Amino acid sequence: MVDCTPSELMVIVAARELKDHETVLVGVGIPNLAANLARKLQAPNLNMVYESGAVGSNPSRMPLSIGDPCLVTGAKSVCSMYEQFAYYLQGGRIDVGFLGGAQIDKYGNINSTVIGSYKTPKVRLPGSGGACDIASNVKKIIVVTPHEKRRFVEKVDFLTSPGFVDGKAKWKELKLQGGGPYAVITNLGTLKFDDTTGEMTLVALHPGVTVEKIQENTPWKLKVADNLEQTPPPTEEEVAMVRSLDPTRIYLG
Amino acid sequence: MDSGKLMTMKEAVSKFVSDDSTVYLAGFTHMIPFAAGHEIIRQRRKGLTLCRATPDIIYDQMIAAGCAKKLVFSYAGNPGVGSLRCFRRALEKGQPKPLEIDEYSHFGLSGRLFAGATNMPFLPMRTNVGSDLPSQNPNMRTVKDPYTGDEISVVPPLRPDVAVVHVQRADVNGNAHIWGIVGEQKDAAFASKKVILTCEEIVDEAVIRSDPNRTLIPDFVVHAVVHEPWCAHPSYTQGYYDRDNEFYMQWDEITKEHDMTMKYLEEWVFGVENRAQYIKKMPAEKIHQLLPKAAYSTPVNYGSV
Repeated sequence: MVDCTPSELMVIVAARELKDHETVLVGVGIPNLAANLARKLQAPNLNMVYESGAVGSNPSRMPLSIGDPCLVTGAKSVCSMYEQFAYYLQGGRIDVGFLGGAQIDKYGNINSTVIGSYKTPKVRLPGSGGACDIASNVKKIIVVTPHEKRRFVEKVDFLTSPGFVDGKAKWKELKLQGGGPYAVITNLGTLKFDDTTGEMTLVALHPGVTVEKIQENTPWKLKVADNLEQTPPPTEEEVAMVRSLDPTRIYLG
Repeated sequence: MDSGKLMTMKEAVSKFVSDDSTVYLAGFTHMIPFAAGHEIIRQRRKGLTLCRATPDIIYDQMIAAGCAKKLVFSYAGNPGVGSLRCFRRALEKGQPKPLEIDEYSHFGLSGRLFAGATNMPFLPMRTNVGSDLPSQNPNMRTVKDPYTGDEISVVPPLRPDVAVVHVQRADVNGNAHIWGIVGEQKDAAFASKKVILTCEEIVDEAVIRSDPNRTLIPDFVVHAVVHEPWCAHPSYTQGYYDRDNEFYMQWDEITKEHDMTMKYLEEWVFGVENRAQYIKKMPAEKIHQLLPKAAYSTPVNYGSV
């Protein structure tokens, strides 16, 4: 197997989830690398949209924020902030949205607001930004995160962005137009969500990882799919390509 | 014709930004009017309600300087870097003073501005449902959709007392050309009672009229025009200078302690009289690094019979 780091592996596995001609709402860092990798491999016509209003970006270098000027140079379109959320997200035109956060729970709810209580925070985090809007409106939410016990919690301290909330039955009553969480990609495996209950379920193990290792890093009894798969190992092409996207390793570490 | 709106930043802030007012310094990563924030700090304004989707470093500085009473926002992070430490210190430790917050998602906050700009009583939107945010913010409510009977999330209009909006070029009356990430520039200008327009270049009205689609803000919503080159540094102005990402990373170090932050403000805000001096103080090499390669658009034909 080709050697690669945990961050490189996460980028590669996330990139494989993107299909040609999809429209993807990208954040900086790992999601941006994943989208650019997919564009160089199986999805040359991927539409990259940023919440700053850049649409169909064609960045010549690694953007360092979602409002980086290189996302504008050579883009298909640029719209205002309100238009981005109204026309693209609420308009139902985004297929995939990448999200991250300090905590994610077993129904895919994400916390990026506060650790501790809202009124007297232990750690005040940046807040929703577009995350709640993205989670509510995209067809598929993909979360890319290191698999750590402090990030995976049975219930988030604060629900910033809805996953399946308290389970799929309740979530359906909320009538969100989005499709909810689709995949959680970590350095250890890929988790998806049970069709009926909406509970996070381990569906694939990355090379060399065991179910026990993932359970050790997940503080609740994790559901495991009956047909648990092995993640196909990264190819030489994928690894070389992902390294070329972040030559100074700003995000790959 | 000169309408008398052209003035210095010092005059514009002195005239239009008063203590206890509600202020919106616009710009989504792009064209953040740092020079206006610095002038507000120099004039020691107090009790301000600071509104911005992304408070960014500029509001972190204003919070550290003690200008802010309340923050209306949707993402209080250092974009691409991490936390805004002064914001966190105010919230977690009340230093230098406690800060009230009024928090939304990006759609919620940009919707509030849109509602303010278009004089709507409230704006419905497909978000916030299922989130804990509405339970902490009484401004986020629901109404019954009169057509389907479903509950829908609504936000109230935002009408700041004054907005500061930076643009690439404008004429002396404030007709403004903007390109690149347009963020909430137009909405902030139309939503606010007074508008201070800052620009990299003053151009003839004929230049503006040669490309009217690029005029997002017309002169009659503008109250002051400030010619302020490099107004946005360390943020950027597309086609004029790039974002100083190195400074955004340094800010994380500078703000580790309140005292260190104040030392920075002493040197770079109180230690200079205006933006021109601030830029003169910057190493020439740094300025040079931030100058972008040109990428011109193809001209369009606006002709008619």
